[in-house]
Amino acid sequence: MSRTVTLQSLDPRVTRLEIPAEQQPFEGVPEGSHLQTFEVFHQAKSGARHIHVGSIHAPNAELAMVFAKEQYARRSQCVNLWVVKTSEIITFAPEDADLFATTPDKDYRDASGYKVMQKILAWKQRTEQQQSQQSQ
Amino acid sequence: MTADHRAALEDLLFRMADDALIYGHRNSEWTGLAPILEEDIAFSSIAQDKLGHALALYHLLSDLGNPDPDTLAFTRDEQQFRCCHLVELPTQDYAVALMRHALFDYAEQNRYALLEQSTYQPLADLARKVRGEIKYHVFHASTWLRLLGNEGTDESRMRMQAALDMLLPYALGIFEPSPYEQELRSAGIFPGEEELKQRWLEDVVPLLESAGYRLPAIETIEPAYGGRRGYHTEHLQPLIEEMTVVFRIDPDAEW
Repeated sequence: MSRTVTLQSLDPRVTRLEIPAEQQPFEGVPEGSHLQTFEVFHQAKSGARHIHVGSIHAPNAELAMVFAKEQYARRSQCVNLWVVKTSEIITFAPEDADLFATTPDKDYRDASGYKVMQKILAWKQRTEQQQSQQSQ
Repeated sequence: MTADHRAALEDLLFRMADDALIYGHRNSEWTGLAPILEEDIAFSSIAQDKLGHALALYHLLSDLGNPDPDTLAFTRDEQQFRCCHLVELPTQDYAVALMRHALFDYAEQNRYALLEQSTYQPLADLARKVRGEIKYHVFHASTWLRLLGNEGTDESRMRMQAALDMLLPYALGIFEPSPYEQELRSAGIFPGEEELKQRWLEDVVPLLESAGYRLPAIETIEPAYGGRRGYHTEHLQPLIEEMTVVFRIDPDAEW
């Protein structure tokens, strides 16, 4: 295959790679040639829960670990990662979102519905008053 | 420290620092061009780590009375560099980049492991500090090596094998004996290039063979020596010119 080095670029790497100057016809991506995806879960401290941070492409599980490390753990504090094949995650179908539709209406299930907060606030107010009386 | 021990230590530090700088620069040439995005990020991070190792080593040289790290990195000409030929080679084929990565980083891992016991404390401290980074570099390299070896395709095996055949003499050039081997050993600074080579072979030979690559008898290969004495391939000077082009515009600029 003959290649030309005439592509104009200020980046020496582009010239070095001998990218052909002529536009090549795009043949499309062959079926099945895309890499599978993996979901990445990040653990910031020992004992902390793993939190989903995103996904990556990788040819196999081991390289998924290799890529996840630089992709999601090169800046912030990290002690471990989980990598899970996206296809192995069990999930609800998008059309089943109606299962959750009335949840926001059920505010009696909300922790804020309990009366305990009022008791705490009343106690705080009382102790503050007592302290200010003592200091006077 | 006697004058001989000091010269031996400086020679070792220049070899290591120049290897890390030139290797890091060569790998950074793949930034934006590696086969997939995830690999681009991983390989670029590794290149960045290598430049960090070079900086730390040039700092150790500065502490011994040499010029500051920028001056050491950007103002010397090729005869003053002590890197091996392996790190100088341009790579237009990612198979070559990955095979070199494995051959070089197993040597780095073993070198720093030996240096954790060095009597020169700043170097022993640095060796412990970079241990985790180099463990990742080796993890990255060995994973690709297996995937493209007997877990790969005919094309991947063929290209990786060709890269191995081409690179082996250069890889053996990493271990070019130093004129100071005796001083390094007697001062307890470093056990020497021959010991390092044996440890490297104990890692690299089983890995390559189990991944399905053919290895010639190592003793039949003529190592590419000269780099440690300032004799380089034709590829180093153009690299230095490109690497220093911004620095040379204004060497006194404040960054």
